[in-house]
Amino acid sequence: MKLILLAAALAGLIGLGIFMVPVSSSSVPAGVESPPAKTDGITGRQAQQQQQARGAYLAQAGNCMGCHTAQGGRPYAGGHVLDTSIGTFITPNITPDPETGIGLWNEGNFWRALHDGKARDGSPLYPAFPYTEYTKITREDSDAIFAYLQSLPPAQQRNRPNQIRFPFNLRPLIYIWRAIYFEQGVYRADNAKSDEWNRGAYLVQGLGHCNACHTARNPFGASQGELFGGGQLMGSNWYAPSLTSLQEASTSDWAVEDIVELLRTGSSSRAITTGPMADVISQSLQYLTKEDAYAMATYLKSLPETGPRSRGIAPALTEEVDTLLRQGGEIYETHCQDCHGNLGQGAPGAYPALAGNRGITLASPINAIRSILNGGYAPVIASNPRPYGMPPFAQILRDEEVALVLSYIRNAWGNRGTLVTAAQVDRSRKGAQ
Amino acid sequence: MIRVVLIAFLLFTDHAIATGVSPADVPDTMAERVKACTACHGKEDKQGRDAYYPRIAGKPEGYLFNQLRNFRDERRHYRPMALLLEGLPDQYLRDMAAYFASLKQAFPPPEPLKSSPDEVELARRLITQGDPGRKIPACTECHGKDLMGTEPFIPGLLGLPRVYIIAQFGNWQNGGAMRGETPDCMSEIAKQLTTNEASAIAAWLAAQPVSEALSTRASPAATLPGKLAERCSSIVLQPGGLQ
Repeated sequence: MKLILLAAALAGLIGLGIFMVPVSSSSVPAGVESPPAKTDGITGRQAQQQQQARGAYLAQAGNCMGCHTAQGGRPYAGGHVLDTSIGTFITPNITPDPETGIGLWNEGNFWRALHDGKARDGSPLYPAFPYTEYTKITREDSDAIFAYLQSLPPAQQRNRPNQIRFPFNLRPLIYIWRAIYFEQGVYRADNAKSDEWNRGAYLVQGLGHCNACHTARNPFGASQGELFGGGQLMGSNWYAPSLTSLQEASTSDWAVEDIVELLRTGSSSRAITTGPMADVISQSLQYLTKEDAYAMATYLKSLPETGPRSRGIAPALTEEVDTLLRQGGEIYETHCQDCHGNLGQGAPGAYPALAGNRGITLASPINAIRSILNGGYAPVIASNPRPYGMPPFAQILRDEEVALVLSYIRNAWGNRGTLVTAAQVDRSRKGAQ
Repeated sequence: MIRVVLIAFLLFTDHAIATGVSPADVPDTMAERVKACTACHGKEDKQGRDAYYPRIAGKPEGYLFNQLRNFRDERRHYRPMALLLEGLPDQYLRDMAAYFASLKQAFPPPEPLKSSPDEVELARRLITQGDPGRKIPACTECHGKDLMGTEPFIPGLLGLPRVYIIAQFGNWQNGGAMRGETPDCMSEIAKQLTTNEASAIAAWLAAQPVSEALSTRASPAATLPGKLAERCSSIVLQPGGLQ
């Protein structure tokens, strides 16, 4: 109990910014903060190249590009649009262009942005930039990422300004936000756990910022509530499932190898990724080293399981419900069965099984509705450059038909889930959740 | 202990599901991979559902690749295509373009022509002669004498639904297609056309039958005069990356 109090007090102090000195990690070797100028030219250059290569790997593991590159745009030149509850953010250019990018920054500036959420001029950054997670990154890793970004070809690209709604456009408000929600501090290893577990925790909690999607956010955009408990993605009708609930995306009962496979390829015998997670796989996680993938898997598997959550009430199989499900079954036969199989068994490596698929029976059906309406492709990765895809049915099926077929899928082959309504489908079409 | 037993049971049922049913047989082909496309851009029998979807079979590869990229990157605005292609790399889009370009598919029967004789004459004149006074080139200058397209970037105009062609004219007039890319030749041309003219052209094009010889020809023949090519950013946008 005392420990909890102490931790809370400590967190509070950190949150209030009283601990201004960055907590240094024991894993940071001495001398990292000074540039390798004292060494002779060749080894200095080698060291620099090594640092840049490490930075390239880390930037990829953290998927910096995912936000800092517009679809089809120049890498790291920003311009990607993030819709949030407080307005629209246009991600900045982080190539070393002096005018439009971060060419004038030094590694100290960069560290402060990651660790303390401050811009080069010292003004506080909006937490749409996930410094609440990046604060856990070590100085050594921060410097490596910076070295890599500085080695990129500068792209002169001025992006549109953010459009933040009043009163959130008043930057001083961020100080209040920070005082309440921001805990500064590099990841601290839990000595009771293995190195592998700690490495995984560092990647998941810090650089990987999994939290940013998999933990619910409050109206002020702060991750709140149960860690990795699942949440709606801001500005989109995707739900990032809980990583701690066995009814959702907890992997506590998986073999570590299956988790590793999912992280590195986007699918395993246990699950398949779609939507934003598929992007994370193809842009980022597929490049993880085996060791890092195992470390993340070890940590994810260890996340404490949470109690069963409300699933909504699956319909009693009255005659009326039975008729609805039968109608849904007919639509399934016409449009879905070819790929997903007559028993929802799917086809490994191509089409996901729907029977026993936790993604289908989530309390909130929004992901499944979205997939049916918009279709999409499995993640493109080096070992699967041409994945199979799902057609969009928005143009083919009416709202009522989507509701019927999804209600059927949620209640066929041993699946149990609430019935889906045409109104829910309509909301998804309109872009609302 | 109870939990251990439960988990074991769950795993067992999982296993039973996985092995008890034979998985669907999935061909390792591009045709299977583009099922997401052919649900709408299918063979004739499927087009009946909605007259809007354009034919993409046999169009020039460069044209298809450019359109796929434009949809994905939202230069050409059509939300369903943007959502479907989100995150797909250029290389896969190029593979898809090559696949559809290689398809030799029978053309749908022409739509009935309901235009008045005056409208037919108007369409024929604009399509074959243009209107030099208003800087409108003949359609045939770029899209080929037989209107079957020009390698590598210009699409054929036959076999398309009338409503689709009208919608594209509307897009160009409103800047909805190739937004932000200049010069945009079709936008300039479409803005010169009156609603009646665009409508007459669309009706005429959709009503043209395509002979079997034309529909099975290896590839569109003509090349584009350089002077005209310079007018179109959709053409100078070379495959291989935006610069």
